Amino acid sequence: MSIFDNPFDPDRNLRAGCACGQHQSAAEHEQATALRCEPAESEEKRYEGVVASAVMRAMFPQDAARRAFLKSVGASTALAALSQFFPIKTATEVFAQTGAPEKKDLKVGFIPITCATPIIMAAPLGFYAKHGLNVEVVKTAGWAVIRDKTINKEYDAAHMLAPMPLAISLGLGANAIPFTVPAIENINGQGIVLATKHKDKRDPKDWKGMKFAIPFDYSMHNYLLRYYLAEHGLDPDTDVQLRSVPPPEMVANLRADNIDGFLAPDNICQRAIYDGVGFMHLLSKEIWDGHPCCSFAASKEFITTAPNSFAALTRAIVDATAYASKAENRKQIAEAIAPANYINAPVTVLEQVLTGTYADGLGGVKTDAKRVDFDPFPWQSFAVWMLTQMKRWGQIKGDVDYKAVAEQVYLATDTRKLMTEMGLSPPASAYKSFAVMGKTFDPAKPEDYVASFKIRKAS
Amino acid sequence: MTSSLRLRAGLVSIVLLAAFLGIWHLATRSTAPVATMSPEYAKLMGLTATQGKSAMPGPIDVGAKLWEHLKRPFYDNGPNDKGLGIQLGYSIARVGTGYLLAVLVAIPLGFLIGMSPLLSKALDPFIQVLKPISPLAWMPLALYTIKDSSISAIFVIFICSIWPMLLNTVFGVASVRKEWINVARTLEVGTIRRAFTVILPAAAPTILTGMRISIGIAWLVIVAAEMLVGGTGIGYFVWNEWNNLSITNVIIAILLIGVVGMLLDQILARFTRMVTFPE
Repeated sequence: MSIFDNPFDPDRNLRAGCACGQHQSAAEHEQATALRCEPAESEEKRYEGVVASAVMRAMFPQDAARRAFLKSVGASTALAALSQFFPIKTATEVFAQTGAPEKKDLKVGFIPITCATPIIMAAPLGFYAKHGLNVEVVKTAGWAVIRDKTINKEYDAAHMLAPMPLAISLGLGANAIPFTVPAIENINGQGIVLATKHKDKRDPKDWKGMKFAIPFDYSMHNYLLRYYLAEHGLDPDTDVQLRSVPPPEMVANLRADNIDGFLAPDNICQRAIYDGVGFMHLLSKEIWDGHPCCSFAASKEFITTAPNSFAALTRAIVDATAYASKAENRKQIAEAIAPANYINAPVTVLEQVLTGTYADGLGGVKTDAKRVDFDPFPWQSFAVWMLTQMKRWGQIKGDVDYKAVAEQVYLATDTRKLMTEMGLSPPASAYKSFAVMGKTFDPAKPEDYVASFKIRKAS
Repeated sequence: MTSSLRLRAGLVSIVLLAAFLGIWHLATRSTAPVATMSPEYAKLMGLTATQGKSAMPGPIDVGAKLWEHLKRPFYDNGPNDKGLGIQLGYSIARVGTGYLLAVLVAIPLGFLIGMSPLLSKALDPFIQVLKPISPLAWMPLALYTIKDSSISAIFVIFICSIWPMLLNTVFGVASVRKEWINVARTLEVGTIRRAFTVILPAAAPTILTGMRISIGIAWLVIVAAEMLVGGTGIGYFVWNEWNNLSITNVIIAILLIGVVGMLLDQILARFTRMVTFPE
């Protein structure tokens, strides 16, 4: 029997033999064909048969049980019932549209922080392999290096801070090279950690003159910390010192008293607490619940030269992100990504970050299941917000076409298509309004938004 | 007399080592639990916070970990986690390539420059400016122009180890005793023969001293370069373990870097002795 035959035929044996040509008489064949709810005429129908076969086989490992089931309820009812549990149509589309990847062996760079969870876990948990790719995930020393290695095509795609592809495309801090973001990796999952000696200075108004570390200039961390300070009346450029420091050095610097605190990606925040040098002042979620942090980025060139590889890669990431977003999988993920080959951190630390039950560094245990979350959809309004902050703090000089840049870099349309194909339900619009520290952001009016801030760099 | 001196020196070395290890051990002992905390909270915290364990590992921790590494130096757990033997192999291969390229360029070039007083004066300012540049300063430039991180690392070793060799070759060639050259001239020895049979042997000790300085520099550079470009090598290992704030592994790497550096230096020292001649 070929896998293209009707799985809803109770008389067909799914294990062996072929339905057509197996019938004793023409009448029996006719009858069998009549029972088919989806005749296998076109290529697409055939694909549907393949997928349905697989589903039926998975649901009824015993052939006898499948036949009994179909005989009692009838084929069309069975298909209808099955379609409710499993989107056969969608699965078929995916199957049909997956062209063979042009390039199977890919290199993806990552920075060892929990933001990279989907990119990293997709390797040990087999998401890349599932989409026909052989991906090597390569740990990289810092954001500038990951940028250079991706631009130099040593990496086919990479883990980048969400604003980086915007900055690279605009030519800020690099030559302008068109980059794209097919998927956001994590939302939330950062935090402001202060040195233990500051445990009585919880009001940001007392922070004048303090030194803070951020991972990179073009990072959500930079924008969120600046936003937070400015909302509390501190000018981040004059009242405090902000330093760009690679995450592992942050804990060492905090211990050595070189900095007073940092807004850093997680496992670094929790690591500082784990080592007893700092405490969690605030989760970044409390500044903006659902903010993006890191992104999965690839150059436009990679998309045009290897569109199928790119689509398969994006599918794998979206798949992994969906898996990571489920709370019940988090413990397994923490164990999968902790070894030296991946993040290289104590499992306890990663578990605290991913499960959201964590020590706060002040003797308390807190629980926040949404401390870090994973949502792949690259909202273009996120990009617009980042651009407004680049403008606000003088990284972008002159005028910028917010919408055009956002739409060029954040591939909401393509990702929506892929997500639909995968049976996920992406949002219909690529723009959504959200509130940062209670202030609503309207993606349609970025200029007004920038102008509405009292504290900003004069341009 | 000399053997008793050697014996005594060895004894002093051992005493110093023991004293060092002893002080290290005492300085990094755990203190009593720092603060009382609920067991639920303590479970989420590291040993430094719960038991007052020093952030700096003691010699026993380091020894145990070192033994663990030495037992299986060639494991390979994927692209980001390889055994120390493999990492050192990568580093030595990189240093070897960069260094050999530097030798191939520096010695012939130094020879030519050294034989012409005009050129050696004219090029001197350039060499003096390029010589003190740190490897890390070359790195972004190399990455940007070469567009390949592993070649960039080799380039950085090349560019940093070339100068001492070049300078020493120039100096060695230029300061060959005039009498010898004059004697060669009187005997009507041709230029090429003169270069190989008179100047080269005479300048060889100086050239090899330059090469010895260079290999030291190349080995210094590799750690910094690999920390930046990542992927493989002992420098990457240091960075990766630092990322995990595993000072134990960093100390082990430091130890191994020192040992390998010493071995490389000893090899060249032996070569130097081979070409040294009494005057």
